Amino acid sequence: MQALTPAPAAIELRGIDKSFGVVHAVRGVSLRIEPGTITGIVGENGAGKSTLMSILYGLYRADAGEIWIGGQPAEMASPRDAIGHGIGMVHQHFMLIDTFTVLENLVLGAEGGALLAGGLAAARAELARLARDYGLSVDPDARVADLSVGEQQRVEILKVLFRGARILILDEPSAVLTPQETDRLFDILRTLKARGVTIILITHKLREIVAATDRVYVMRQGKIVAERRTRDTGSEELAELMVGRKVRLDLEKVPVRQGEILLSTEHLSLVDDRGVRLLDDVGIELRAGEIVGIAGITGNGQSELLQVLSGIRAPSAGRLTVCGHTIDPGHPGNPAHMRELGLAHVPEDRLRQGLVAAFLASETSILGYQDGPPFTRNYLLDGPAVGAHCAELMERFDVRPRSPGLRSSHFSGGNQQKLVLAREIARLPRVLLVGQPTRGVDIGAIEFIHRELVKARDSGCAMLVVSVELDEILSLADRILVMFAGRIVGEVEPGRADERTLGLMMTGAAAA
Amino acid sequence: MDEAFSFVFLMLASTLRVATPLVLCAMGGLFSEKGGIVDVGLEGKMLMAAFFAAATSAITGSAWAGVAAAVIAAEALALLHGLACVTYRGNQVVSGVAINILAAGLTVVLGTAWFARGGQTPPLVGDQRLMPIFLPEAGDNILVYVALLSVPFTWWIIARTRFGLRLRAVGEMPLAVDAAGLSVASLRYRAVLLCGLFAGLAGAYLSIGQNAGFSRDMTAGQGFIALAAIIFGKWRAWPAFGACLIFGLLDAVAIRLQGVRLPGLGEVPVQLIQAMPYLLTMFLLAGFIGRAVAPKAAGVPYEKEH
Amino acid sequence: MRAPRRSSAGPLPAWAEVALLPLVNIALAFIVVGVIVAIIGVDPFHALRLLVVGALGSWESIGYTLYYATNFTFTGLAVAVAFHAGLFNIGGEGQAYLGGLGCGLAILALDRWLPAWLMVPIAIAAAALFGAAWAAVPAWLQAWRGSHIVITTIMFNFVASALMVYLMVNVLIAPGSMTPQSRGFAPSGELPAIAGLPLNLSLALALACCVAVWVFLWHTPWGYALRTMGHNPEAAVYAGTNLRRMTMLAMCFSGALAGFVGVNELMGVHHRIVLDFQAGYGFAGIAVALMGRNHPLGVLLAALLFGALQQGGAELAFEIPTITREMVVVIQGLIILFSGALAHLPRPWLQLLFARRAS
Repeated sequence: MQALTPAPAAIELRGIDKSFGVVHAVRGVSLRIEPGTITGIVGENGAGKSTLMSILYGLYRADAGEIWIGGQPAEMASPRDAIGHGIGMVHQHFMLIDTFTVLENLVLGAEGGALLAGGLAAARAELARLARDYGLSVDPDARVADLSVGEQQRVEILKVLFRGARILILDEPSAVLTPQETDRLFDILRTLKARGVTIILITHKLREIVAATDRVYVMRQGKIVAERRTRDTGSEELAELMVGRKVRLDLEKVPVRQGEILLSTEHLSLVDDRGVRLLDDVGIELRAGEIVGIAGITGNGQSELLQVLSGIRAPSAGRLTVCGHTIDPGHPGNPAHMRELGLAHVPEDRLRQGLVAAFLASETSILGYQDGPPFTRNYLLDGPAVGAHCAELMERFDVRPRSPGLRSSHFSGGNQQKLVLAREIARLPRVLLVGQPTRGVDIGAIEFIHRELVKARDSGCAMLVVSVELDEILSLADRILVMFAGRIVGEVEPGRADERTLGLMMTGAAAA
Repeated sequence: MDEAFSFVFLMLASTLRVATPLVLCAMGGLFSEKGGIVDVGLEGKMLMAAFFAAATSAITGSAWAGVAAAVIAAEALALLHGLACVTYRGNQVVSGVAINILAAGLTVVLGTAWFARGGQTPPLVGDQRLMPIFLPEAGDNILVYVALLSVPFTWWIIARTRFGLRLRAVGEMPLAVDAAGLSVASLRYRAVLLCGLFAGLAGAYLSIGQNAGFSRDMTAGQGFIALAAIIFGKWRAWPAFGACLIFGLLDAVAIRLQGVRLPGLGEVPVQLIQAMPYLLTMFLLAGFIGRAVAPKAAGVPYEKEH
Repeated sequence: MRAPRRSSAGPLPAWAEVALLPLVNIALAFIVVGVIVAIIGVDPFHALRLLVVGALGSWESIGYTLYYATNFTFTGLAVAVAFHAGLFNIGGEGQAYLGGLGCGLAILALDRWLPAWLMVPIAIAAAALFGAAWAAVPAWLQAWRGSHIVITTIMFNFVASALMVYLMVNVLIAPGSMTPQSRGFAPSGELPAIAGLPLNLSLALALACCVAVWVFLWHTPWGYALRTMGHNPEAAVYAGTNLRRMTMLAMCFSGALAGFVGVNELMGVHHRIVLDFQAGYGFAGIAVALMGRNHPLGVLLAALLFGALQQGGAELAFEIPTITREMVVVIQGLIILFSGALAHLPRPWLQLLFARRAS
């Protein structure tokens, strides 16, 4: 007599592999997800989590590997196949059409007939039922553009349920939510689980894994490096597995020698066209020879702070003083002027701001400094001088390959970052703004970049570092400011800071 | 009194005559643009259709064969546009410009080779043309009524049907359409082909309805005026229809005003009135008359993997 | 399930990307032209022979080829400069028209008083100024009001056309003339030309423009900033470039280049203001720029090809009555199609070819 076989897995992935050009994004991933559970997949940015889920959902095709759904092999050529297998996905960037109503978004792709009227009426009734069953209420006739981010996410979940999905994938669902909205989301997920829905939660936030999941897979550099039952593990172990190294980098730093104030802001505010307050009464002081770290969850005003400080955006109120020069709404600055004052800026997103992918490395090495000597003489760019400058930067910052004539896009992320950093540090700026110094950079380059930043600080540069990586802030900064909802909510010394208090402050739950 | 009535009637009739190809073209363009494919090649499609309508009608003696040929010719160019913009993700404006130039050249080349009349087709008579149905003096051939019906049809398709919903979605955010399990390419091809159908009818109207034969460059910018009407109507069917009527009326007025001195104004240059559709559209685009918001994804090729 | 491994053959070698792919694209365009010629009932190879001889067979025909190439160089450069800034200027037609009006007005106003050495530079400057001004309006609308430059430049072509017809019929028409054209220019407003040919000093201006565009784009900080904006506007903002001003600069430069078509046509050939002297050159400039990969040298080569086609096409039409000059327009359209919108069509074939050779 045959033994009873265990219930088949809701999803089983076997040896999934995927490359984009030279980037090997997912490397032979196998995993198993039990029905009616919440499974977490954690990993740093760029670890391959989203790509893996896009393959499961049919948005990308794997180069190799198999997908099994409920014990049957399945072909995921397009999202249609995934939907057919009862899989629904809530994407990090919502797949909602702004100009459509909630109802129209809900029925798109599942209209139930060639004419809309009948389908919309049926959907309205179904929406009411879902709202009752799962406590997910939202106005069916509201335009999506008018909804809050949390409500939009609810629409996304409703879309998935409306199609009768039994497996729900959420990609970084809390990235755009306030803590309250996040708690609300987890309540919803628990309700769904209680009704038998299988949930996959992709995140890089450990708190959420611990709070919400039954089982967790850890991804690093495209591979699954660990699998744990959530109750058998904790944040610390997961963090170490995620980054693959000791969380705290031991950076040798001489004690800080603060000098004069080189950058300060008073009541600095920024309000966008729609009246949303992005920066709210920000007051900071930056002294020569110190590194001030800005900690916070993405989207709490850090990007906007960098934009205003670097002259890209003019403040709506308040004022900013850089090396004795004042900028306020009546006297907006601009990036070129800020550079003249001695301010340099390593932007958060090197590909979108810091370099031009199609330019030669030598051209990228003068971005922002092209006007005036030493690169422009008599109205003409001095090609040999530009090339020599780039070669020198590459030598000093160990950029590989050492080819000023190679296109910027042909360098790896770490080497691109080193080139951008070299460009900004080389001029010995008095003030240096650094956004996400090591995003998408390999470990060797991370240590190199950190040492260079500390070197610049020791030579008297006033430095502001914005990073979403808490350990980076902790190891680099001499003072830590925490941002939440566009405000500076507290200041901590790194010696006295621990991740928990910082974490609480970052979610606006506590102030120092 | 009678005179006033007949004046109004004649003005209305001539407005409608001029507006018919604009309306057809604008409704076609609306489908394309709503689906996210910018079409500056309306002019070329219409011109090619006009040529093949007249040529086929002259050879077969049947206006209906002419209409069929016009639609086929316009659809061929529409498919080319789809191939370039959807399958090969080329630049939509470049493709449209290419189609315009190709049509401007090919109609004359083929016309000269086939009829040896310097690019014109032989004059069409009798059944070779679409004849007025009710009012001979108004020139109300079948395509005028098709144009009038095309407006509620277009509105209804876009606003009330499943295809319309998906079309609007693919013009706003193709990624969402893809994620919903629908084919972006198939929707966009259907949009482009619908556009070809209407542009074809517009071309047939020009050469075998309104006129008795094809002459070189006979569209004379009407495809672009239709494009202007779409923008002026803010990518909505009824307002675009209204814009076509206004532009048609301007044209009718321009013909009436030729050489007429208006009290207080003097002689209004005909060219100014002819340029009005373009100038008005520029004013609208500049945000001086409300705001025209194009479908968000219009003009952007859809690329899933990069 | 085994996901089918898509045969993503590697990228093409650089030389294939720069030279082979464009040549294959042009070859495809000519194959289609050959089919059309055959449909008309003419032997395509015979037609090709006539075309080549017509374009290059004698000093006279070479002179005509260079004269046409001058116009194509101007409009090709105009499109290329805008392209580098990420702007699609399809208003070359109208800007060329207005450029002609500019130099014509300057000459009509001053030619009786000024000597040639003063008149010619002023007229050329006026052509540049009017061309630039006509491009400045769409540029301003894009930079400050957010309206799309493709649409506004198209609209401005038609407005230019209406304006010119009005001016020629009502204002500038020579007294007693039955056709809408101005009085003839005095000799000081004429450019020196090769006797009996339309080829004139504008060719030197075109060559100078090629050099100027090359120097500007790759050897000045403004050209650097302009290209930065075209590739990555956000990086340009980060670098301190004012996008609005740069949009204005790029479009004005572009419009001025297009305006020089008026110099070649009116000062070099017609010696008076006429209607429709610019017809088709503005749009053909798109094909020239696409084929020339937006590089001045490439533009010059493409312009020579287009000039040869224009001249050869005229001779061909003369020799074979069933083929008209518009065959050249067809070729232009097909080249835009194959080297622009369908540029990636042959890429998979070439990739396969190279992959097979490598293995």
